[in-house]
Amino acid sequence: MADKHIDEISGVETTGHEWDGIRELNNPMPRWWVWTFYATIVWAIGYTILYPAWPMVTQATKGVLNYSSRAELAGELDGARIAQGEILEKVSKVSLEEILADPQLAQYATAGGASAFRVNCVQCHGTGAAGGQGYPNLNDDDWLWGGDINAIYHTIAHGVRDRVDEDSRFSEMPAYADILQPEEVRQVAAYVVSLSGTPRDPAMVEPGMQIFADNCAACHGENAEGNREFGAPNLADAIWLKVNGEAEIARQVQQPRHGMMPAWSARLSNETVKQLAVYVHSLGGGE
Amino acid sequence: MSNMNYTIETVALAVGAFLALLGVAFAQDSQFAAHMWVLFFALFAGAVLLVRRANFAPASPAQKALRQSEYFDEVVKYGVIATVFWGVVGFLVGVVVALQLAFPDLNIEPYLNFGRTRPLHTSAVIFAFGGNALIATSFYVVQRTSRARLFGGNLGWFVFWGYQLFILMAATGYLLGITQSREYAEPEWYVDIWLTLVWVAYLVVFLGTILRRKEPHIYVANWFYLAFIVTIAMLHVVNNLAIPVSFLGVKSYSAFSGVQDALTQWWYGHNAVGFFLTAGFLGMMYYFIPKQVNRPVYSYRLSIIHFWALIFMYIWAGPHHLHYTALPDWAQTLGMVFSIMLWMPSWGGMINGLMTLSGAWDKIRTDPIVRMMVIAVAFYGMATFEGPMMSVKAVNSLSHYTDWTIGHVHSGALGWNGMITFGAIYFLVPKLWNRNRLYSLQLVNWHFWLATLGIVVYAAVMWVAGVQQGLMWREYDDQGFLVYSFAESVAAMFPYYVLRAVGGGMFLLGALIMAYNVTMTILGYERRENVPGATPAAALQPAE
Repeated sequence: MADKHIDEISGVETTGHEWDGIRELNNPMPRWWVWTFYATIVWAIGYTILYPAWPMVTQATKGVLNYSSRAELAGELDGARIAQGEILEKVSKVSLEEILADPQLAQYATAGGASAFRVNCVQCHGTGAAGGQGYPNLNDDDWLWGGDINAIYHTIAHGVRDRVDEDSRFSEMPAYADILQPEEVRQVAAYVVSLSGTPRDPAMVEPGMQIFADNCAACHGENAEGNREFGAPNLADAIWLKVNGEAEIARQVQQPRHGMMPAWSARLSNETVKQLAVYVHSLGGGE
Repeated sequence: MSNMNYTIETVALAVGAFLALLGVAFAQDSQFAAHMWVLFFALFAGAVLLVRRANFAPASPAQKALRQSEYFDEVVKYGVIATVFWGVVGFLVGVVVALQLAFPDLNIEPYLNFGRTRPLHTSAVIFAFGGNALIATSFYVVQRTSRARLFGGNLGWFVFWGYQLFILMAATGYLLGITQSREYAEPEWYVDIWLTLVWVAYLVVFLGTILRRKEPHIYVANWFYLAFIVTIAMLHVVNNLAIPVSFLGVKSYSAFSGVQDALTQWWYGHNAVGFFLTAGFLGMMYYFIPKQVNRPVYSYRLSIIHFWALIFMYIWAGPHHLHYTALPDWAQTLGMVFSIMLWMPSWGGMINGLMTLSGAWDKIRTDPIVRMMVIAVAFYGMATFEGPMMSVKAVNSLSHYTDWTIGHVHSGALGWNGMITFGAIYFLVPKLWNRNRLYSLQLVNWHFWLATLGIVVYAAVMWVAGVQQGLMWREYDDQGFLVYSFAESVAAMFPYYVLRAVGGGMFLLGALIMAYNVTMTILGYERRENVPGATPAAALQPAE
């Protein structure tokens, strides 16, 4: 098998070996291939001279550029901080009302708040802040705990029913399953639905009105307009946070569920919470 | 009785099944018990099948001698069937996983969650489809290029069936929620130990055959196969070093921690690509392309240089998976520069593959199997250019963690590994089952176009998706605030994820056509059709 052999088609000599009918031509390596290979090796050596590369006894070579990815990141963060420095300091010093009054500060805080909102708030309130069942819509003017800039700030900073924060918003509706008969619950549910313009059987609504006045008006108000002192929702505006339809209203009366929002002052800087308040305030319902 | 065949095998399976039952009885956790039930039923079924095949008639010395003089192809036949079967399964799970990403409601708790179906897909295509293809073709190639029967007798069967048992245990483990959370190395410690045994047997069979070869030299395909077998053994053992919590429980803890653990994992992960999906499949290419086009390998010198360069460079490239992480800068630098230097050694295989066609380029037009092999090599060249490019830190800062990586992997896996395997299967089936030709070459052509277009759709869509993702993540407004939330970048992927499933579906359809074609060929049918390239010579009149 070791005899040299000339391939008829290409006229190139083979190595003389043959395996199961396969021969090998004795072609040289393509020049461009060899030179490109050399070029990558030269480039690699050059790169390892410039950058940290070769492990030695106690540490690796640092490279003549003295590069470090940590220093690069720190530099970028510093640059970003300096670029925002002055305006961010103003946001942190002045009051929320003053931020709203200054167009430049307000614009900056709204953009910063929007950015923080996308990272921290969209999981519950949605990317458009439209909320969902159990999570309030922040675009409308139906506020549970108040819609002026300071009330919004307080809610974001301290959360709702977050027991780790002493200043958290807190309220709890009693479970009426133990207090009212099922028929009475149905009557009060019919009354509540009728408030937002859906006609209901007067035979249900009328007793329902009396039950409401006796049991619910203390928190939700005589006309069911709600009370921000207790975070008691307005029940007359056809905006529903947790329920969808009369049967669910009845269930909520019997066994209320309560939402919870974390206190963000423990997780975000005060400047960020302020910017979030400005952003939420700007969404359309700010008072 | 002494002449009964399969005695040792039957006893071993029965004892194994009994031990599995003990494992069920004394399991420390419910997952281990469930997994041992799976093992018990598999081994018990195997033992019953062997008993039913028992033959008490003594084999004559002449029969035995005849058997020893032939190539051991029965195990290759089983391997080809397993390759086709696991290929279809793996591609199907891939389409399911793609649809789960587009439509999250398809995540069915708990067994068919993305977290469990994803490793099922990757292991099915890499280890079940790719692994069976490598074992089967290496057994075929090493015998013919060594002119020697496979070494070790029934050890070849042990490798085949042992490997199928590994696949079964790995796959059922994922669905049961058993994982050590190492990408491409998810099976827990006891399945890893089993694979180690099977792999050592594989090495013995392969190396033994090379040692008893009747050719003076070792053919290049066998260098690549051997590099693949040896390196995978090393990678598998080191990456899976772990301490089990209990010898009768699923959980184990890695021997490494922190960034060392990450680096070990990616040293393994990248070289699984390098030695399993590159070196092993280059071995396949170096045999099946010259055979199918009937031309000599283009350059012996290139094959030597690119082999050693590839083997030496690849092992260093893993850290490029950990750019801009806690991994020290020097390791990141080395990972990157070795990846760049790997570009030409990788392309050496592409050049040798493509240039082997010189003098026979017309076969791309006339032979769909050659076309398949050529497109495989083309995708190989593309993926091995893209890989070094993505390892450059500046590019990586955009591409890392995005679907670009997924696109890159699939242009390599579907284009290179898939297509070269399909080509090898189409070459092997008529030879192994002694048929004149395949059932249908036109169906091969259909397979070729469906698969190629499927890959193009898949890869192009994932490139666009990945670049868009990367740009969205780093988009700042003029005041220095991030513009998009992560959730918005996820929502933006929806149309791409749907299109990706379409591309994958086309690839799956092609594989189903192959399964049909292979089945019909094995059953002995020939479809009546005009075979491309076999136009009757009489019809051609030379132009004077």
